[in-house]
Amino acid sequence: MTDRMDKRFAALKKQGRPALVTYIMGGDPDMETSQAILDGLPEAGADIIELGMPFSDPMADGPAIQLAGHRSLKAGTTLRKVLGMVRAFREKDQDTPIVLMGYYNPIYIYGVEAFVRDALEVGIDAVIVVDLPAEEDAELCVPALRAGLSIIRLVPPTAVNDKRLPVVLRNTSGFVYYVSMTGITGAALTDTETVAKSVSRIKGHTALPVCVGFGIKTSEDAEAIGRTADGVVVGTAIVREVEKNLDENGKGSDRTVTAVHDLIRTLSAGVKRARS
Amino acid sequence: MNRELGTNSLRNGPDERGRFGLFGGRFVAETLMPLILELEAAYKDAKADPAFIEELEYLGKHYTGRPSPLYFAERLTEELGGAKVYFKRDELNHTGSHKINNCLGQILLARRMGKTRIIAETGAGQHGVATATVCARFGLPCVVYMGATDIERQAPNVFRMKLLGAEVIPVEAGHGTLKDAMNEALRDWVTNVDSTYYLIGTAAGPHPYPEMVRDFQSVIGTEAREQILEAEDRLPDMVVACVGGGSNAIGLFHPFLDDSEVQIVGVEAGGKGLEGDEHCASLSAGKPGVLHGNRTYLLQDADGQILEGHSISAGLDYPGIGPEHSWLRDTGRVDYVPITDTEALDAFQALTRLEGIIPALEPAHALAEVIKRAPQMDKDQIIIMNLCGRGDKDVFTVGKHLGVEL
Repeated sequence: MTDRMDKRFAALKKQGRPALVTYIMGGDPDMETSQAILDGLPEAGADIIELGMPFSDPMADGPAIQLAGHRSLKAGTTLRKVLGMVRAFREKDQDTPIVLMGYYNPIYIYGVEAFVRDALEVGIDAVIVVDLPAEEDAELCVPALRAGLSIIRLVPPTAVNDKRLPVVLRNTSGFVYYVSMTGITGAALTDTETVAKSVSRIKGHTALPVCVGFGIKTSEDAEAIGRTADGVVVGTAIVREVEKNLDENGKGSDRTVTAVHDLIRTLSAGVKRARS
Repeated sequence: MNRELGTNSLRNGPDERGRFGLFGGRFVAETLMPLILELEAAYKDAKADPAFIEELEYLGKHYTGRPSPLYFAERLTEELGGAKVYFKRDELNHTGSHKINNCLGQILLARRMGKTRIIAETGAGQHGVATATVCARFGLPCVVYMGATDIERQAPNVFRMKLLGAEVIPVEAGHGTLKDAMNEALRDWVTNVDSTYYLIGTAAGPHPYPEMVRDFQSVIGTEAREQILEAEDRLPDMVVACVGGGSNAIGLFHPFLDDSEVQIVGVEAGGKGLEGDEHCASLSAGKPGVLHGNRTYLLQDADGQILEGHSISAGLDYPGIGPEHSWLRDTGRVDYVPITDTEALDAFQALTRLEGIIPALEPAHALAEVIKRAPQMDKDQIIIMNLCGRGDKDVFTVGKHLGVEL
């Protein structure tokens, strides 16, 4: 079992602030740029990294992440190459937890056993698979947990009740990812008071840290949500920053890397203000 | 109507997890899970409610025009010189295809569940039209997602849906076909879970859809079985249907699965041939994977990315297939074979001239297989083919391929 996640949350608790969880799409817009973005994330202020595995049919994602996946696949990204990004990252950073996030089919085709083994071997701490609900735990969740790879579950508002929460939280570890609304990635943020209530209800069912995502775009959003959540997840806003900073041929450059890291810095300032 | 099923029956699936052997399941985002469980319970409840069955049968008879005829295609049979060919005429249904059978069942269910908004995906537009139709009939708002490519090649159906009061939303992603429309419908559903019922058009998707759609479409096979016994006093030697997602096929096949003397043939879209990627023959050329809520045979690359596929027929232009078909393939009960665009076009024209029936391009694929097989069979043998849709919607496409400006 990797312990990077627990250590990171313990350290943040000592500092009295929530985690900044940043999502980037692996291989977007190309492998070289994406690796440079990934490698600089901790220094820019990311506490936990979510690394997207591109999929041709991202059914739970909005336009921004759909396009990011498309760019990545067009540049030739495969699951194996995304694992390779983590291997390279770990040569320089042993402490920042990395969560792979994506859809089940590429993992299924890679082979569940091989995937779990290789993910742990390159230094991945947890996996989020959007289209594997608790009812399909036997597929990946159970073998992953047995091998020491955490499974993080997306918990939408529809699951925040006494009937569904125990089902959803069973077989989960690392942290709980509360999705602040029903819908796809990239939509508007729900009001912070409702989010706070849901976070506290989830905490009634688990000792795991609860991070909140979907709809958090600015430093101010991060600050507001970070008052009650153990972590704040930002995805679409970061992916859009990549998109906005491509050259006229749609290619990545140093400018792309710098722009993403600058955004992370402002978000990081937001989470640091959250409890001060 | 229902014969007693033994434990070895091939008609018992799916199991309580929605599996047909390895295939099926519920591979959806957690947001949809409570809804899918609710749907499963509601469907179970409805199936056991005589009032629900009665209303569905009433609408089937008086609104759709069931039973559809089982027609002996005399001139085609003569021309082919082999087995007697019968058509199950589901193209004569209200809205022009088998799709209405499923839509009526699901709209009644949506009403029972208190849903106030209906969404659907469509490829050829047949399911979109059928959905828009039942929504008009029951006064529910209807949103249909349709790939941009399909909107272009199925213009008459798009206008039909709009006339019926549906909002048709073009989907630009991917190749702009059925797969992309389904992704977008799922995104809508996950956003509007409380109010919205997703009326899936084929026997695919997360459990309980494959089972439910099959049950609503099984009226085709149940009627055909009775009608052929009436006409010929025996079961057919072969039943044939085209498979895209596979709802018309499973509807015809399912009541015959335990009749071991009946050979069953499913016809996939072979597009421009199986050598390249320009086809939609997921059972002949794909491998098991997970997409759109179920595990099934999919066209995909070595990294598990789904391929786009190609077919002249928008209704077959889908890189997957209903999970029960995947299971029937692996058990060997059903033979699945590809038919190319060109073969389907030839069959389309043959039927038009020989029988005065313009078929949709989808069943034209099934017909092309019948044209290959019937001459090799004896004259006292019988084939039933599901003529699941009429071809009015396809005349522009066919015209274009024949070089005729309309």
